[in-house]
Amino acid sequence: MKARVHVMLKDGVLDPQGEAVRHALGTLGFLGVNGVRQGKIIELDLAEGTDEATVAQMCEKLLANTVIESYRVEFG
Amino acid sequence: MKAAVIVFPGSNCDRDLAVALRQGGADVTMVWHKDTGLPDGIDMVAIPGGFSFGDYLRCGAIAARSPICRAVVAHAERGGYVLGICNGFQVLTETGLLPGALMRNAGLRFVCRPVGLTVETAASDFTAGYEAGQVLNIPIAHHDGSYTADAQLVARLRDEDRVAFRYVDDPNGSVDNIAGVLSDNRRVLGMMPHPERAIDPALGGTDGAAMFRALTGAMAAA
Repeated sequence: MKARVHVMLKDGVLDPQGEAVRHALGTLGFLGVNGVRQGKIIELDLAEGTDEATVAQMCEKLLANTVIESYRVEFG
Repeated sequence: MKAAVIVFPGSNCDRDLAVALRQGGADVTMVWHKDTGLPDGIDMVAIPGGFSFGDYLRCGAIAARSPICRAVVAHAERGGYVLGICNGFQVLTETGLLPGALMRNAGLRFVCRPVGLTVETAASDFTAGYEAGQVLNIPIAHHDGSYTADAQLVARLRDEDRVAFRYVDDPNGSVDNIAGVLSDNRRVLGMMPHPERAIDPALGGTDGAAMFRALTGAMAAA
């Protein structure tokens, strides 16, 4: 089974990389990009039957730094 | 004082840190990250700068989950001293021994130069060799040094006199110009600047040396 973990900076945490990407899009002539937030996606290939609580623990203990990041898990 | 310097794959300030500690009078043992325990009788654990595990996932994240870090956390919980410099500071925030997080520099550039650093408190065994308000000249060298904390945490650090150092001029976007923070028992210090690179006139300055001397003095007195 597969799980896909989306890790994003929490709202209110400044994202200088996203801001640099937004600026570069403007330089390329793409107008109207009001904001860019950059995160990461981590794909997990898991043993069948791994439960959601275990994946949540993986996120809490390692995959996300919950001081600054939030996460969302998608199964399948 | 008996100090242990932890070595991770990608650490690159470990030997400089050992030199600085020995110059201050410490007896230093290097400890590999796969070891599960610290040598007997260690007073202080020092976590060096570098790029442990290639900064994969987040700076310090993998190192913070290595076998030796369980022993480092236990050492801190027993009231032992821990010093984390640069990547070592990132590791300490990732273990939860220090609050907050270190993010990409606001200017997105790697910044490598000496900076003015104000000693905010002399009330710790790390900073007892300085006067509060004294300005030191200490190098920084990092890409991810922007100290991030919410307003409540910043207020708490301030109220509890736990900001050890502030930058005179903000080099990286750190909240409240914070460059180094202490734990609530004042025995864990994390800082982005490199005092171990400022211990010899041949290297451009000696403002860092007093930290290592003060630590050894504090532990000899204990």
